[in-house]
Amino acid sequence: MEFFQAIGKHTRASFTKLGRGTFFLLHTLQGILDILPRPRLLLKQLHSVGVLSFLIIAISGLFVGMVLGLQGFYILSDFGAEETLGVMVAASLVRELGPVVSALLFAGRAGSALTAEIGLMKATEQLSGMEMMAVDPIKRIITPRFLAGFISMPLLAGLFSAIGVIGGELVGSGLLGVDSGAYWSQMQAKLDFHDDIINGIIKSVVFGFVVSWIALFEGYDTIPTSEGVSRATTRTVVNSAFSILGLDFILTALMFGDN
Amino acid sequence: MGENVRSQNSLVAVRGLTFSRGEKKIFKDVSMDFERGKITAIMGPSGTGKTTLLKLIGGQLLPDQGIIVVDGNNVHQLRRTHLFDLRKRMGMLFQSGALLTDMNVYDNVAFPLREHTHLSESMIRTVVLMKLQAVGLRGARDLMPNELSGGMARRVALARAIALDPMMIMYDEPFTGQDPISKGVLVHLIKSLNTALGLTSIIVSHDVQETAMIADYIYVVSDGRIIGEGTPSDIQQSTSEWVKQFMEGSADGPVHFHYPAKAIQDDLLSTGKRY
Repeated sequence: MEFFQAIGKHTRASFTKLGRGTFFLLHTLQGILDILPRPRLLLKQLHSVGVLSFLIIAISGLFVGMVLGLQGFYILSDFGAEETLGVMVAASLVRELGPVVSALLFAGRAGSALTAEIGLMKATEQLSGMEMMAVDPIKRIITPRFLAGFISMPLLAGLFSAIGVIGGELVGSGLLGVDSGAYWSQMQAKLDFHDDIINGIIKSVVFGFVVSWIALFEGYDTIPTSEGVSRATTRTVVNSAFSILGLDFILTALMFGDN
Repeated sequence: MGENVRSQNSLVAVRGLTFSRGEKKIFKDVSMDFERGKITAIMGPSGTGKTTLLKLIGGQLLPDQGIIVVDGNNVHQLRRTHLFDLRKRMGMLFQSGALLTDMNVYDNVAFPLREHTHLSESMIRTVVLMKLQAVGLRGARDLMPNELSGGMARRVALARAIALDPMMIMYDEPFTGQDPISKGVLVHLIKSLNTALGLTSIIVSHDVQETAMIADYIYVVSDGRIIGEGTPSDIQQSTSEWVKQFMEGSADGPVHFHYPAKAIQDDLLSTGKRY
């Protein structure tokens, strides 16, 4: 009996939280109109959310590309198809690894920071203080951060893929002797702008939206104690990772299902 | 007769306020008046919901029953935009100061001006420097909040609270955790700002001496009810055992030293739970 009660309680709690989260999201989106005339607020967040995440994205992208170059070469050379290494590296990056891995890194680097920042602002009464100064904290604090995350994510994913492709080329033609011209021209010939690149961008846009939403809502919904903030930060990373991987499966099925 | 005069001239009136948090009743049918131009204090032990009362007055929490009227407006029936307009005329000083940690002192004080007015930067500069001068921290304008002492942070928060020239200020435990000098400075500031700016002040505090020095009227609250009210001298001479214990700070009295528990003999002899 207690078991069923516990299940019921958890389910109810999850749905209420989802409801709160949805209201929060709508409120955040409403704030966009108020933020547009004040681009400085957005620029500051673009810097801390996007620019500061660039280094980890770039380094990870380079190594992922290099590994893809190595692995791809060993498999493709069995079939004498080393020239298509560029296609393999680029397609894996643009379709899957670029959006997914950069979103996971983004959740770890920027998402956790956002949750901790907002959670601490709540714990130190800064949000409440703002409300008492007749400033809507969601519009003033959350909306610019949300927009910054939403805008940065596809750009970071694009950079991740681009750097990864260069990493693959470095290993492929620099180390393993694949013809550089073939690497690039095969890639150019086989990759489709709509099927590959646009779909990859759509994925990263969705991930950016979801990760920013989770991170900011967890921060805003924190129990304002040090334990509460630490739990919320953990939840941000875990829930973001699950959402990214789950959504990736759904999006991939929708995009590439009928081929 | 006295009661009528008070309520006519009150800026904030609380009537029949009932509020509970979960199972716990924080206020049970409480009525209070906060007179214009005066300093009214709410005193009582920690955990009696004094901060909650300020949040109720500011419209951040909804009462279960009762109304709160601020300057003729029923706070909890206002639309959000009107509530925000009203809040621009209400300053609040949080216990921690609640300064925005990513901005320096100057930008913190300028924050409400930049959000709510279309003043030019040079006008804002003049206002900010005047407000900082009033709290004696004009020289600290470039410091970040983490470089300020607790007392200084509260003074900066006070400068920010008066930036928009509000009609009233609510102080949440302004003296807690302050050294004697900072306490003296804050007592002096609250009193002088109230007179100079014609403010109405509400102080929530459990620092008996400091509050009694500047308050015009005091409500003593405990267990969700008002158990004493009057001018500081009325309160000092109160015959109520409880009020006496609170004002004198005795360890035992109507409020017991021990948290409710079973008899010590039984407790020590039982095996108890291991953790």
